[in-house]
Amino acid sequence: MIQAFAFYLFTAIMLFSAVSVIFARNPVHSVLWLILAFFNAAGLMVLVGAEFIAMLLVIVYVGAVAVLFLFVVMMLDIDFSEMRAGFIKNAPLGLLIAVVLLVELGMGLGVWHAGALQLGVANGASATPESLSNTAAIGALLYTRYLFLFEAAGIILLVAMIGAIVLTHRQRSDTRGQNVGRQVARRPDEATVNVKPAVGQGVTL
Amino acid sequence: MIPFFEARGLSFETAWTVSTIAEILLIALPVMLAVALVIYADRKIWASMALRRGPNVVGPFGILQSFADGLKVFLQETIIPSAANKGLFLIAPIITFTVALMAWAVIPFNSGAVLADINVGLLYVLAISSLGVYGVVIAGWSSNSKYPFFSAMRASAQMISYEVSIGFILICVVLWAGSFNLNDIVKAQKDHVWIINGFVANPLLFPVWVMFLISGMAETARAPFDLTEAESELVAGYQTEYSSMAFALYWLGEYANVLLMCALNATLFWGGWLPPLDIPVLYYVPGLVWLIIKICGFFFIFSWVKATVPRYRYDQLMRLGWKIFLPLSLFFVFAISGYLMATGHFA
Repeated sequence: MIQAFAFYLFTAIMLFSAVSVIFARNPVHSVLWLILAFFNAAGLMVLVGAEFIAMLLVIVYVGAVAVLFLFVVMMLDIDFSEMRAGFIKNAPLGLLIAVVLLVELGMGLGVWHAGALQLGVANGASATPESLSNTAAIGALLYTRYLFLFEAAGIILLVAMIGAIVLTHRQRSDTRGQNVGRQVARRPDEATVNVKPAVGQGVTL
Repeated sequence: MIPFFEARGLSFETAWTVSTIAEILLIALPVMLAVALVIYADRKIWASMALRRGPNVVGPFGILQSFADGLKVFLQETIIPSAANKGLFLIAPIITFTVALMAWAVIPFNSGAVLADINVGLLYVLAISSLGVYGVVIAGWSSNSKYPFFSAMRASAQMISYEVSIGFILICVVLWAGSFNLNDIVKAQKDHVWIINGFVANPLLFPVWVMFLISGMAETARAPFDLTEAESELVAGYQTEYSSMAFALYWLGEYANVLLMCALNATLFWGGWLPPLDIPVLYYVPGLVWLIIKICGFFFIFSWVKATVPRYRYDQLMRLGWKIFLPLSLFFVFAISGYLMATGHFA
């Protein structure tokens, strides 16, 4: 009973916030609705017994990716009328992407219904093998059967990260950075001079 | 607590609901009371390090000062700036406060005394603590004012930077304990080195704990990393436009977060509810008492640092996070997993 209630609650909020992401007038509101949608998706994953994926969804998407989205969107000075102007021009492309996503979703569900995919059932009974926790089950698969795919994905991400850093990093000669090592290594006797000037003479620098 | 209610003639589902609500209250109310006392303790410690008296008027030794402040704030008028985004402006402090209480659900107070004994407990803590930044960011943006906005920018960058190294630090603990469940992590620390209960006695994990303590201060935006509310530059940061109860919710949430960080330090590295030494006579003291003693000790360290260390500059904060803690914590992940593999810990 509680499971069904939670399922319908999460689903309703998620669908509503997903629709609101598109219809919100303010881009910051869109991002906040998106975060709510992520959060409720994580709730649904907990319900099917995939708590590891649910937590990762919250940590990675809500905790890091969405914060960066918000960071960028908040700083943009967005002209709303200009944003709507391109709607007709971009609509065919948007529709195409939507159709592709819908077909992929349909194919995935069709394969599952045909019995070619072994997935958990809705009440979470067989999401992971018996006597094995969620995390251990995923780890056992990732590091044995899919080890090479997993490592290939890791290398691709590493290359993408290095590429992004190389493309955006530039050496600036007009700024003065703090050299902590030099500061710490500096001793009082090389930085200060103890002078005892005669009365009326003053100090020459 | 479910059998207790079932014995009183409730069906299992009703007993489950009632006992869950009762357990939530049993955790949330003492935490709120502890926050009130801890604010008083913080001010007292800070005052005595500055050779002042601190709060000493309301109640014996001024112990009721926090309650008096709470009452005062409660009776104040709620002011909402006319240019603010009203809905978000009011939701932001509620998010901060709720998130600060949510993570307490997985903290074990004794062998079986935990509200949600889930097997991804540590990931849950990480997930919830990453939500805390939204209260600050939303407040900064919805206030529609310059200083809160700067504060929101700083908060989001700071939070993301330190979460990376905290993630690696937690992986070190998980590697050694072999579980994400906080209760299992506490139990894995029994007799860890000789008769000492706690990962901190381990020479490989001690530096990791030091990094966790400092990252925890940065994660809770506590001095010396309180750049989000640096009063010399940003008035009061994201709280600038807030008054009355909304302001109080930020204070309560902030201190509840600090207490949570202390509880995590105790649970992950100092043996949680286990006594410090594995001597039979020490087990006569209940686990909850040991945990509270450890939390108080860590809170004293937090206060001590706040009273003595000057605030970091922003570039120094970023340098510490990315150039020192990130490589170091990554190194310790490698070192610890290498050591565990070499000694056959995973056999």
